[in-house]
Amino acid sequence: MPIKKVMKANEAAAWAAKLAKPKVIAAFPITPSTLVPEKISEFVADGELDAEFIKVESEHSAISACVGASAAGVRTFTATASQGLALMHEILFIAAGMRLPIVIAVGNRSLSAPINIWNDWQDTISERDTGWLQFYAENNQEALDLILIAYKVAENEKVLLPAMVGFDAFILTHTVEPVEIPDQELVDEFLGEYEPKHAYLDPAKPITQGALGFPAHYMEARYTVWEANENAKDVIDEAFAEFEKKFGRKYQKIEEYRTEDAEIIFVTMGSLAGTVKEYVDSLREKGLKVGAAKITVYRPFPVEEVRELAKKAKVLALLEKNVTFSVGGALFQDFSRALINESEKPKIVDFILGLGGRDVTFKDLDEALAIAQKALNGEAVDEVNWIGLRKEIL
Amino acid sequence: MAETPFKAEIERVQKEYSEKMTPGAVVYLPGSSVVNKTGSWRVFMPEFNRDKCVRCYLCYIYCPEPAIYLDEENYPVFDYDYCKGCGICANECPTKAITMVRETK
Repeated sequence: MPIKKVMKANEAAAWAAKLAKPKVIAAFPITPSTLVPEKISEFVADGELDAEFIKVESEHSAISACVGASAAGVRTFTATASQGLALMHEILFIAAGMRLPIVIAVGNRSLSAPINIWNDWQDTISERDTGWLQFYAENNQEALDLILIAYKVAENEKVLLPAMVGFDAFILTHTVEPVEIPDQELVDEFLGEYEPKHAYLDPAKPITQGALGFPAHYMEARYTVWEANENAKDVIDEAFAEFEKKFGRKYQKIEEYRTEDAEIIFVTMGSLAGTVKEYVDSLREKGLKVGAAKITVYRPFPVEEVRELAKKAKVLALLEKNVTFSVGGALFQDFSRALINESEKPKIVDFILGLGGRDVTFKDLDEALAIAQKALNGEAVDEVNWIGLRKEIL
Repeated sequence: MAETPFKAEIERVQKEYSEKMTPGAVVYLPGSSVVNKTGSWRVFMPEFNRDKCVRCYLCYIYCPEPAIYLDEENYPVFDYDYCKGCGICANECPTKAITMVRETK
């Protein structure tokens, strides 16, 4: 029987790692994800998890150790956030290029300067071009589930790409919620043991990994990463379906909420989706045709699902906790790419809000709604809008 | 230098690789560097004067590649397939037995 425990998302991530039975965990503490390796080191010390826990001196070393271990052919895990993830940056490309199915739990946090330990998505969003798969959790249960699903997808022969699972700093990492811990036997059935096929350490069959790629080969090697990302789209759907069958919790790349007959759909990710669903409920009570959509899988970007979503609305209001300079938010760029050649498309209005842990309240969402309604009525609005910005101190 | 016993096999695999990309660009045959000559981008090459050589082996020790090995009489021999022309050997040589000259092809 699965047991229910009250825990933080950090602990949920550690539990997910324990259930996935990685052989090597290398991690460096960084706020807000410190508790993840702490909890895992407890599991290892107590003999509950048979794994090598490598204490490293930086995140660059943590991910390097994971690359080494994964290249040797075992399941690996690490956790980080913000500057830690940024410090991993160069190795993230290597992990993806070498097609090593490492999984990272990321407590989504802002990037310096100014130093800020609170939540936005800038850390993982900044790594969107590394080739890693990206999942975003709305609550602690999703943080646990998505890590298991991330392994399932990452290790699929058609994919073989590393994956990161983001959950919002403090809003999830340090907030306790009831979380169902699935049965170990079921998880074992779901994931199976990782059997390396392309990357392993076997003295009887020596191979070279991470070799020099001349111009004659580099482009093809990069294309295989592109192709693997494309393949991941179907594999993720299969993994979601199997997960639902085994554990009863349903996931979709884009989860829609009350989008039927909606004129305005708010699109967001992570824990903000919970707030937005509540907000949509309050608007529906007032008779407004408003819906919500949550992006669970950000990389590979669900282009087809976005096109389907776009058919249902007249205005897509993107709520983003990240900035891509000169563009707006990263979602704005991605949605534009998905819809640019569609013959009929809704208006896209981009909202940047909640940076660096600033609360996103109904009042902020009212501000966004007012602009979205203007766009709905055909009035001119800015494409990119900063919500809750204290203009008086600028 | 002795030929690698795997040369034919390596060349076969190299041909295969040029036709089929592996996941993560993994090379499933070790020792392929034997046929991947790395001396081709050299601009300057070391020219060796055997008469000036005192067999101190500094060139042999300092070569970062290592593209210098010793013959039966312990004189240095330069492997131009792998020498990148860095000039460290010429710089280290106390008797100026090694000089760097522009490579002409």
